[in-house]
Amino acid sequence: MPLSNNDVKYIAKLARLHINDDEVEQFSEQISSILDYVAKLQEVNTDNVPELQHALDVSNVFRVDVEEQSDENTRKSAIKNFSNSNGDLLEVQSVFGRNENL
Amino acid sequence: MIDVSTLTLKEIVSSLEKEKFSSEELVLAYQKRIKDVDEDLNSVLEISPTAQDDAKKIDKARAEGKSLGKLAGVPVLLKDNMMVKGWGNTSGSQILEGHKSIYNATVVERLKKAGAILLGRTNMDEFAMGSSTETSHFGPTKNPWDKKRVPGGSSGGSAVAVAAGLAPIALGSDTGGSIRQPASLCGVVGLKPTYGRVSRYGLMAMASSLDQIGPFARTVEDVAFLMSTIEGKDSKDATSVELKDTSVPELMNPSVDGMKIGIPKEYFLKGMDKDVEKLVMNAVAELEKGGAKVEEISMPHTEYALATYYIIMPCEASSNLGRYDGLRYGYHSTGNNLAETYSLSRGEGFGPEVKRRIMLGSYALSAGYYDAYYRKALKVRSLIKQDFDEAFKHVDAIVTPTSPSIAWKLGEKFGDPLTMYLSDIYTITANLATVPAISLPCGFSKDMPVGLQLMGRPFDEYTLFRIGMYYQNLTEWHKRIPV
Repeated sequence: MPLSNNDVKYIAKLARLHINDDEVEQFSEQISSILDYVAKLQEVNTDNVPELQHALDVSNVFRVDVEEQSDENTRKSAIKNFSNSNGDLLEVQSVFGRNENL
Repeated sequence: MIDVSTLTLKEIVSSLEKEKFSSEELVLAYQKRIKDVDEDLNSVLEISPTAQDDAKKIDKARAEGKSLGKLAGVPVLLKDNMMVKGWGNTSGSQILEGHKSIYNATVVERLKKAGAILLGRTNMDEFAMGSSTETSHFGPTKNPWDKKRVPGGSSGGSAVAVAAGLAPIALGSDTGGSIRQPASLCGVVGLKPTYGRVSRYGLMAMASSLDQIGPFARTVEDVAFLMSTIEGKDSKDATSVELKDTSVPELMNPSVDGMKIGIPKEYFLKGMDKDVEKLVMNAVAELEKGGAKVEEISMPHTEYALATYYIIMPCEASSNLGRYDGLRYGYHSTGNNLAETYSLSRGEGFGPEVKRRIMLGSYALSAGYYDAYYRKALKVRSLIKQDFDEAFKHVDAIVTPTSPSIAWKLGEKFGDPLTMYLSDIYTITANLATVPAISLPCGFSKDMPVGLQLMGRPFDEYTLFRIGMYYQNLTEWHKRIPV
């Protein structure tokens, strides 16, 4: 199933991924050819076949719920990795705003 | 200075114990070799500035007669997607340029506890997405057997480093063949352990239900030895598993007598490289001579594995890579509002292959397509696993080629994603079925190495080691080194 340029732009928006016009063209062609290939799965009869939801047959792995403090340097390094900070506060643009285009 | 180009882990451990050379001398020799040889290969992104001091500490402890770990003083290289506190780990991506890791991966903790010297970080396809190490933001890695050819990928840097004698051992990660395929194309041994055998804590995630960390070395014996230091349950990874006895003394006397080996007919199709087929079948004949019983088996869903993989992997990856938001670490590009900042940072920071997979995954998971793609793929994954369960009722191990061809020329498949994806066709099934699989050298075609793949029952790496060691005791392929 071919993917239109508009489909590609829509997916890029969902994925929060800025792509330019050349990339739109390229991705619509490449992703369409991959989708054509994976469509062969539709040939397989999967009636009554369970989904493989977990790679490993374990469930409910518990541990004691105790707080583990990270050391001061680790905390500072994490803040340093952040794009903008003000002292110990992490700085981001407002999440809700009048002109948001989400 | 020590000639490190052909040293194995076993030889190094023994020489350090006998004090034939010190760990510091060893580290200096590897660092020099990296400087001399790697400019053309581009397998090592950065040499650790503390390696020499770390080695001195081990030498001092040894001189004082302190008890030392199994890897005391042995240099090891790590793929750049494993976190080492203080290192600038990037996963080969521009989006993590400037990032500093703030904690150690569990494998790193375990290597350090065993006394290993972390020598540096190796090049890789961006976020492990690729089969040739050409998608790295830091330039492609070259195959040491022919620098005009790719080393395979995504752990190409680690494979090349071991092949070229820049380190005796290295770690990689394998989501669809990213350890075994470059091991095959570079003529070294590489193991993808059973899912759950090695903790994934501190490994930058691509596809969480498929990813596993595993070793590279020249010999199967070294791989087994290295595994014994990194495997086992970790409270920080809920999908890691408590293992029974992991000691490997019986490995010292390997035999394949009476073992049952399956050759799946679906892996040997018309049109496959004749040399590759011949070399793999020669290896099978060696095992047969040793008393192994070889039979043809059928794994009917094999032809659907690649399609299944190219739905499940991008779905998981698109979700895992959501954390790279341009705020928390690395590359940042400011837009007019938060949504635009995310979009610009990600659009500029990620390379084309990563974007392609995020798009593919986002599409397959989007409303209206989820059932047709993702849920369908999970069902077919069950059928693929059932093929393996069925096969392992009759055989102890499955033998196939690791890669359908020898290493191809740089750039040859770069513009055509689907052709590139097809190079993983023999390796992805083990990830989908969660079983262990190892690649080891089984000959040369046009002077380029060819790899033999052995797949085993879940958590039965032991059988693969036994077969692999038996084969390496009889053959010399793994002793050849690139000039």
